[in-house]
Amino acid sequence: MKKLMLGNEAVARGLYEAGCRVVSSYPGTPSTEISEAVAKYDEVYAEWAPNEKVATEVAIGASFGGARSFCAMKHVGLNVAADPLFTASYTGVNGGMILAVADDQGMHSSQNEQDSRHYAMAAKLPMVEPSDSGECKAFVKAAYEMSEQFDTPVLLRLSTRVSHSQSVVEELPREDVPVKEYVKNPQKYVMMPAFAKGRHVAVEKRMEALAQFAETTGLNRIEWGDTKIGVICSGIAYQYVKEALGDRASVLKLGLIHPLPDNMIRTFAQKVDKLYVIEELDDIFETHVKKLGIACEGKDLFTWLGEYSPQMIAQKLLGKTTPYRTFPESVPVRPPVMCPGCPHRGLYYVLAKMKLMVSGDIGCYTLGATAPLNAMDTCVCMGASISALHGFNKARNMQDRSVAVIGDSTFMHSGMTGLVNIGYNKGNSTVIILDNRITGMTGHQDNPTTGRTLKGEEVPQVSIEAVCHAAGIQRVRVVDPYDTVQVEQALKEELAAPEPSVIISRRPCVLLKSVQKKAPLVVDADKCRACKACFKIGCPSIHMEQGKAAIDPTLCVGCGLCASLCPFHAIGQEEVR
Amino acid sequence: METKSIMIVGVGGQGSLLASRILGHVFLSQGYDVKVSEVHGMSQRGGSVVTYIKYGDQVYSPIVEQGEADFILSFEQLEAARCLPYLKQDGTMILSTQQIDPMPVITGAAQYPEQIVEKLQQTGANIIAVDALALAQQAGSAKATNTVLIGILSQKMPFPQEEWEKAIQELVPERFLTLNQKAFALGREAADREE
Ligand SMILES: Cc1ncc(C[n+]2csc(CCOP(=O)(O)OP(=O)(O)O)c2C)c(N)n1
Repeated sequence: MKKLMLGNEAVARGLYEAGCRVVSSYPGTPSTEISEAVAKYDEVYAEWAPNEKVATEVAIGASFGGARSFCAMKHVGLNVAADPLFTASYTGVNGGMILAVADDQGMHSSQNEQDSRHYAMAAKLPMVEPSDSGECKAFVKAAYEMSEQFDTPVLLRLSTRVSHSQSVVEELPREDVPVKEYVKNPQKYVMMPAFAKGRHVAVEKRMEALAQFAETTGLNRIEWGDTKIGVICSGIAYQYVKEALGDRASVLKLGLIHPLPDNMIRTFAQKVDKLYVIEELDDIFETHVKKLGIACEGKDLFTWLGEYSPQMIAQKLLGKTTPYRTFPESVPVRPPVMCPGCPHRGLYYVLAKMKLMVSGDIGCYTLGATAPLNAMDTCVCMGASISALHGFNKARNMQDRSVAVIGDSTFMHSGMTGLVNIGYNKGNSTVIILDNRITGMTGHQDNPTTGRTLKGEEVPQVSIEAVCHAAGIQRVRVVDPYDTVQVEQALKEELAAPEPSVIISRRPCVLLKSVQKKAPLVVDADKCRACKACFKIGCPSIHMEQGKAAIDPTLCVGCGLCASLCPFHAIGQEEVR
Repeated sequence: METKSIMIVGVGGQGSLLASRILGHVFLSQGYDVKVSEVHGMSQRGGSVVTYIKYGDQVYSPIVEQGEADFILSFEQLEAARCLPYLKQDGTMILSTQQIDPMPVITGAAQYPEQIVEKLQQTGANIIAVDALALAQQAGSAKATNTVLIGILSQKMPFPQEEWEKAIQELVPERFLTLNQKAFALGREAADREE
């Protein structure tokens, strides 16, 4: 049957059809839906790992054990997973193994725009890149075959536009791929110097064999059109090139993007008058083509930043522009904000009020950095809040005026180790764990603290309190972020304490189905003096109407935070007034 | 056939996902190649949300650019103003007159433009402005705004009414079906009044 599927859903379908048995991932936009979709198949074991390093190691272990295995992550997740990956390149596989990495050109939801193709080169691993959902499914199958034929993990590179676009996919039945025999083989699987030396030889041989394979595999193809223009491209850029140029150009479409097919590139270059390399982000293909001694244009025409588009290509290569209308006035931006009723809001209100230095982290709560709360000073990568605050305070002794904020999922991911460091190295920092009972930012995934698995089974919850105590933190307390008086009191005490402390700000994400929404609140216009105290929390449902505060009933969930801050008691439930 | 492009724009949380799925379903059932592009993650948190839907004999790029949209469905006035550049010269914009202040307006850093519909019309673009929220509430819930807009769009597109109704039947969960069927019908009536 033909179906419209997200690229991510098509990857999941490919895993199912290719007989994949074990999946371990950590969520990260735009990769998350792969693991959510594959978890729906009973034949595939799928789990959320606490971070990408663990996920990758689980997939490596499953491959050693003889099963086709898989893990998925966003581009920055591969930084976390890089350590096991580089050495899995040496051990190779038993059952086939694929690691999917989703880049985010344009930074729709990421903190940087790194190009994951560098990892394929650095770790000496083959990498394939599909350009639509149909290819997502087909390339998963090709990748497993390649993995087992060449004894290597295979990288599957995705991007926001491929992962989050739907196109037509044909569903096929699952192939039965039995678990392979496991044979103890320390020379291959125990990577210590004596054995690793032998494996490095195998890696270099494998790369040579893969370079040969690149010349003949159907993953790479030439589409001949007019030979005045020749374009080398892959992934979503291929779709943009085809839309912009149609048959006014010939295209070398790369599906296997590492290693590259040198002879194919040479043949193609000889037959076209002018050669362009069109690749988003870094100049990886271009550098390779130039190294072969072939002249081409790439980054001198096209930007290093963000996403490309058909119009950008048509304009640069054909000089074509498309007319459009403009609105006569400037249109205010609409940045993302914390949702109405978000439990993080009350906590940030207090942080802003107390004017603390806030060492931040990544999650929905990063939105506390924006106006009007403006309550975050730094944010680097997942887990950095706690460790960076420790460094900050070792440098400046500001432990009475500074805090770290970190979400429950992020604490499990890589925040715990920073807390162990504080406990061990006589830190005196105050850490706030924003426990909203879910991984919010990426769209509600379970994690070790929620008591439920990716497959929906109930399991014991990892206790954040117990982890903090075990890390050597004596002062651990829980507050309700809707109660700003209690939060402020707790902060004052813990900042003054002569030892490290953890404040757990606990209230479930208001978007969780299990959370009862209350009736929207209303403003009594007679009582409202337009003092704008309720505006300080940056709630998107509060605005001005005829000189008085007003609440949008389609947005408000009745959390009551604004009402608790109104000095004139002008906000309340309709029936109460 | 040349590829046709549709954009759905709104504010995170307004529910444009169902609208894009209904459109994809209808175009696929007519035998076209279809691509739909959504942005997940950060932009769902009350930010601007954009979805592209394209259909034709063969669709390559999943994105829609300036001057290319045959139709734009907007859930909100400010978002309609923001995406005007994407409308094709002879394209049609269908907009719900709901207003939601973005954070810079709430904090006083920016002003919500006045008389957006009039200003859009003055650019010479085809604009159909409807209080889709009121119609959705009339059908039973503000959540059905998307189906009201789909109802209006269906009157402007060359596909039979049954195809749209079939898509709604297949994609809307049982307990919301009557609500959405009502909303769709109200949308179609509203489009008739606009003629
Ligand atoms: C290494 C890495 N992996 C994944 C992500 C994607 N990501 C950003 S925040 C986040 C989790 C946020 O969950 P939590 O800490 O519970 O905070 P919440 O969003 O619920 O407030 C994830 C998975 C990332 N930015 N970096």
